[in-house]
Amino acid sequence: MAQIQAKPGVPAARIARQAPSAPSLARPTPQSNPDPSLNGVEMTGAQAIIRALECAGATDVFGLPGGAILPTYDPLMDSQKLRHILVRHEQGAGHAAQGYAHATGKVGVCIATSGPGATNLVTPIADANMDSIPMVAITGQVGAAMIGTDAFQEADIVGITAPITKHNVLVTDPAEIPRAIAEAFYIASHGRPGPVLVDIAKSAQQAKTTFQWPGRIELPGFNAGVRPHQKTVQEAARLLATARRPVLYVGGGVIRSGASAGLRKLTDLSGAAVVTTLMARGALPDSHPQHLGMPGMHGTVPAVAALQKADLIVALGARFDDRVTGNLDSFAPHATIVHADIDPAEIGKNRAVDVPIVGDLKEVFEALVPALAEEQARHGQPDLEAWWAQLDDWRTTYALGYTPTHDGLSSPQHVIQRLGELNDPESTIYTSGVGQHQMWASQFIKYERPNTWINSGGLGTMGFSVPAAMGAQVGAPDQTVWAIDGDGCFQMTNQELVTCAINEIPIKVALINNSSLGMVRQWQTLFYEGRYSNTDLHTGHGTRRVPDFVKLADAMGCVGLRCESDADVDATIKRANEIDDQPVVVDFTVSRDAMVWPMVAAGTSNDEIQYAQGIAPRWDRED
Amino acid sequence: MTKHTLSVLVENKPGVLARVAGLFSRRAFNIHSLAVGQTEHPEISRITVVVDVDELPLEQVTKQLNKLVHVLKIVELEQGRSVQRDLLLVKVRADARQRTDVLQIVDLFRAHVVDVSTDSVVIEAVGTPDKLEALLAALAPHDVREIVQSGTVAIGRGARSITERALDRVATA
Repeated sequence: MAQIQAKPGVPAARIARQAPSAPSLARPTPQSNPDPSLNGVEMTGAQAIIRALECAGATDVFGLPGGAILPTYDPLMDSQKLRHILVRHEQGAGHAAQGYAHATGKVGVCIATSGPGATNLVTPIADANMDSIPMVAITGQVGAAMIGTDAFQEADIVGITAPITKHNVLVTDPAEIPRAIAEAFYIASHGRPGPVLVDIAKSAQQAKTTFQWPGRIELPGFNAGVRPHQKTVQEAARLLATARRPVLYVGGGVIRSGASAGLRKLTDLSGAAVVTTLMARGALPDSHPQHLGMPGMHGTVPAVAALQKADLIVALGARFDDRVTGNLDSFAPHATIVHADIDPAEIGKNRAVDVPIVGDLKEVFEALVPALAEEQARHGQPDLEAWWAQLDDWRTTYALGYTPTHDGLSSPQHVIQRLGELNDPESTIYTSGVGQHQMWASQFIKYERPNTWINSGGLGTMGFSVPAAMGAQVGAPDQTVWAIDGDGCFQMTNQELVTCAINEIPIKVALINNSSLGMVRQWQTLFYEGRYSNTDLHTGHGTRRVPDFVKLADAMGCVGLRCESDADVDATIKRANEIDDQPVVVDFTVSRDAMVWPMVAAGTSNDEIQYAQGIAPRWDRED
Repeated sequence: MTKHTLSVLVENKPGVLARVAGLFSRRAFNIHSLAVGQTEHPEISRITVVVDVDELPLEQVTKQLNKLVHVLKIVELEQGRSVQRDLLLVKVRADARQRTDVLQIVDLFRAHVVDVSTDSVVIEAVGTPDKLEALLAALAPHDVREIVQSGTVAIGRGARSITERALDRVATA
């Protein structure tokens, strides 16, 4: 709840922090930047939208104009504070806003017109909702008098996106515009982050109004978060101090909370094994000795096995997703569960929880670390020697690896691994699409910092990579941004390379081109007797190469490079890294027969993990 | 599965009912009945939802409901500790010959006749779903032309008010 009292003109989020009655978790909207001199000024609703976005602290917005949002694009042209990136498809604007938000921690903003413009935002909105990304979508709506008449380019986008937004609202009164936008930024960035859509009727954009930035946010039904309960924190600490086979199961919440430093402290103090999910890669440096890698369907054997054999799992900002747990009934059968999350609805949703902690991870760590030190003083240092002997044995025996290809083409894993090795983890951000390349990028690149791995985890949106990289690059201009993409994904959203070229957003695309929808093909190999129904894309070595990605890159104002053998991989990556004034697309022609291992087949138990095709780990040593 | 009655206090804003109802169907919960109306405070509406659901999923749907920005408070009203009522209107064909029989049933169930014509009556009855079901069973041998029922509305017994604290939140927000 935003129970806050303050003078008008003071940023709502800042007051929320100062007011004694306010919950401690009302973190300031990072970029909130209101201008009190605007209050009381006469302007159009369209101008109010632009001023409100500026007051909310937005500096970069992604969008594409159309009839119902046209009035807003006029004052946007004169804005000194907003940089608008004109995308080629609204989906690109949405994913760019996501990539921007993910890379910066700020609220990402996208703008679209009514009807098809708005519906093109549906996928990124759903994606942001699944992956808890703070985003505000502004859409134009037909004039208030036309709503409900099936007018030209009318779509009930508030109705359409109700299930996939954290909140949304239709504004028909121009006076409500500043408040609606202020609330949207507040809701998007407080509590568990998520997307908020503000749909604004064209008539409201055109009408005159008096600008009034809200002095306080009045959302009595909104829960911005609670302080973690000391009693459950203490109980969690006691369990962590006395467990023999503890695992910290780290999810994307740690990244969203900016709680990596706290995680590091808890990791070091507890001595527990740590696994980071697909959404949490980078939350703890991969170089940390207690880090076992990613759990789940394509997780490492030690990470998956650690969860299965654990006597204590401390879930931190994770949600027991089916891709992590495998068959839920046989997931971690021996483990006591501590579950810390900012969203109370996550606790007990999939797996029954023994010790629930509701709160922002940052605060959870602040409370849990000293509590653990206290419990360790009481119970003595935990004896984890046998556990680590077991884990290290798995690590050695079942290290991540891949088999060489048989068709003379590069291994995609090799390309991705070298990409990670030839780029500095301190100054490189990676984005990815969805599929095999995504899994390999998660497995074979070593992440050392949070917010350097940006992918579509929950929704699994093919085509996420290029526009997300564009957004990340706009948000982090000093970083090198590599979009790791597949030939299938790339063909869904590559039009945004035009946007990158025109706007001098020098992203680099590593196209892992196996000439097919690789992950689907892998499943067809494994589960459909190698019947490759509709997965051949004809883009790779020895095919018609339609499209020719090098030519396509060139046509879009990018540098196109091709790499067809292992011998050229390093040189090509280095060459791409040398180009910093233009987007680069590298067509890495790779073998289509490479598969992602390890693998837990969908719906089966994590105990059935295969290290490589037909090779199941031996568990008997510890049983 | 068992029936649970939830009182959901919401801000009186456009689209709130659709959001609440939509959440139930989206998470695959079956709404048995739903009723909505204003409370003593014009800014707050009260939705009474009766759902067929087990205990654990009920907790989950309650938590999900709580995440809706316009939802202020959710209280489960247990049968024994609350008064729960439905309203039933039923149109029965009854000419002079049958009318006495029908009126007898109406009296028996402490229902009312709210409309009479030469060949029909409209009966109004208020009660628990069980009582209304029994009334309909008694009327079944007659020519029932039309039935309309409201969703259940419910209120806790005793002096405590569930709106009070929610009101505080609105007032001080």
